[in-house]
Amino acid sequence: MPVDTVWVVAEITESGPSSITQELLSKARSIATNVAAIAWGPDTASHAAALGEYGATKVYDVGAVGETLPGVPVAGAIAALIEGGDTPDALLVPASYDGRDVAGRLSAKLDRPVLTNVVGLSENGGLSSEHTLFGGTVAATAHFTGEGPQIFVVRAKSFTAEPGGGGAAEVVSAPAPAAGATGTAKVTARHVEERTGPKLDEAAVIVSGGRGLGSADKYEMIEELARLLHGAAGASRAIVDAGWVPYARQVGQTGKTVKPNLYVACGISGATQHLVGMKGSKNIVAINKDQDAPIFSVADLGIVGNVHDVLPALIEALKNR
Amino acid sequence: MNVVVCVKQIPDPAAPSALDPTTHNLDRTGKLILDDSDAYGVEMGLQLASGEGDEVILVSMAPGGETSGLRTALAMGAARAILISDDSLAGSDALGTAKVLAAAIKRAEPDLVLTATESTDGYTGTIPAQIAELLGLPSITFAKKIAIDGSTVRVERQTEAGYDEVESPLPAVVSVTAGVVEPRYPSFKGIMAAKSKPVDVVTVADIGLEAGQVGATGARQEITDVSKVEARAGGEIVVDDGNGAARIVTFLEELKVI
Ligand SMILES: Cc1cc2nc3c(=O)[nH]c(=O)nc-3n(C[C@H](O)[C@H](O)[C@H](O)COP(=O)(O)OP(=O)(O)OC[C@H]3O[C@@H](n4cnc5c(N)ncnc54)[C@H](O)[C@@H]3O)c2cc1C
Ligand SMILES: Nc1ncnc2c1ncn2[C@@H]1O[C@H](COP(=O)(O)O)[C@@H](O)[C@H]1O
Repeated sequence: MPVDTVWVVAEITESGPSSITQELLSKARSIATNVAAIAWGPDTASHAAALGEYGATKVYDVGAVGETLPGVPVAGAIAALIEGGDTPDALLVPASYDGRDVAGRLSAKLDRPVLTNVVGLSENGGLSSEHTLFGGTVAATAHFTGEGPQIFVVRAKSFTAEPGGGGAAEVVSAPAPAAGATGTAKVTARHVEERTGPKLDEAAVIVSGGRGLGSADKYEMIEELARLLHGAAGASRAIVDAGWVPYARQVGQTGKTVKPNLYVACGISGATQHLVGMKGSKNIVAINKDQDAPIFSVADLGIVGNVHDVLPALIEALKNR
Repeated sequence: MNVVVCVKQIPDPAAPSALDPTTHNLDRTGKLILDDSDAYGVEMGLQLASGEGDEVILVSMAPGGETSGLRTALAMGAARAILISDDSLAGSDALGTAKVLAAAIKRAEPDLVLTATESTDGYTGTIPAQIAELLGLPSITFAKKIAIDGSTVRVERQTEAGYDEVESPLPAVVSVTAGVVEPRYPSFKGIMAAKSKPVDVVTVADIGLEAGQVGATGARQEITDVSKVEARAGGEIVVDDGNGAARIVTFLEELKVI
């Protein structure tokens, strides 16, 4: 028997529901009879068609949250619905910054546990979640044993986004209750870092660089190779922490999960936290001077060599084609 | 100003990790060390609470009265620590852990609570928001810079697109990303001084919680199955002697990427 009702915490970007929102709605549709989206923002109603397309029949509209960080008002709105008697069996929450805030706040408010880092969900009378541990070498299955609603925080790219052809979702107002002291964190300015080329999590080809590049200026080779392959440039956390490249480039557990057709890792050791973010790539090429580097254990083609030799030669060869 | 820094003591990530075959809990029987991710919070706390009368107080929950990781953070310069250690805490989930930490944090009456964005071994990443909600405080997660201005905390918060400037009145909970600051190495003097710094070891009952709210019972979830993931088939390894780039070009052609 399928699960009755699943709610999806829906993130809306300028171009509509984010890709993970589409993934979660698609999955929800396959396991539950009723799927609703929880959305916030100044103009949620205009996305009712897009949310419906992926499977939501209802949108709970929290409304504009202004400069308040979304965690508190969105968790507050969900808790108010539930306390009002409208309760889902499960909530699917994106493993994003705001998603984790919503899940954490809601969990404490409702006194319900959360299962995080979910990479799969199956329905077998109840719901079980799949998780990968230790850099993806071990898979675990888990489920809740107590009273619902069950809160699952799901990693990006765990499910495929598939439009289901549903009509526009019905919009129901679900305003956030007054938050008191908890809701006093306010955004005073937003800074958008420049980006050119395809988005990291949508690119078919990703070229990533790590500490093995030696210095920040050498990252230009990564960008150039990415450009030549019409792909995006990524990075390990080591060089994001070092300030060589912005965080938006980071691939891995705390960065983006990517599944491109081709991933080229240059001067990256392949720490478990990096591997979990890119292991799902269809084809992996690694360049590393240490033949024992763990990255080679996932590479389809491994070049034991110096990035300062191999990358310039590769760039030159591609330019000459 | 009192800054509480939550620090997790974890099995050495360099050693192979394992799940207990019967309980499916992470094996924490060996010696524990300070989670590297929390060293950033400790450093940030020390920088923010550097005035006369300011104090950095560590809060940690760990089995077996473990203090090795705490000593590292005390050696960096924290004034004292509260350690919650109790057999009934085994198998705690994120919410249970947050309840314990929040109850202990309350005792320190902090102006600011710092955590890492996620722990190296648990990485649920929900604990900062859970602690904040339990304490009725505002929270700013994913801070890459923190400044205190009177009774306001100003944070540069990482976002998908860049960063936001966010501010909140104190007290507040802020989670910091790795790399925000360069954690200092404990000096010899610091290491010696750490040995005599107070560590207040408390039980679940001491902080006013009941055993059923925490530990495996409170977690209300179970791992039903653990299995090895089939390793990706090993690929071709080429030692570059000038032919590496050409081999990649051929591979790209095979994939029709070029
Ligand atoms: C909680 C937590 C979350 C984390 N999240 C992430 C994450 O999201 N993403 C992530 O990437 N990491 C993450 N990490 C960090 C991770 O553990 C590693 O520290 C990091 O991935 C290492 O980056 P690196 O491979 O660039 O650097 P290193 O590990 O220093 O590796 C550099 C590699 O370059 C090679 N090299 C050196 N010189 C050359 C040369 N001239 N030519 C070719 N090769 C060369 C070396 O052999 C080495 O293998 C996380 C860690 C923790 C604790
Ligand atoms: N047992 C613990 N003791 C102290 N702090 C903890 C503990 N567990 C988690 N934390 C803090 O909460 C952060 C997030 O943890 P997690 O939700 O497990 O990823 C950690 O980085 C620590 O700062």
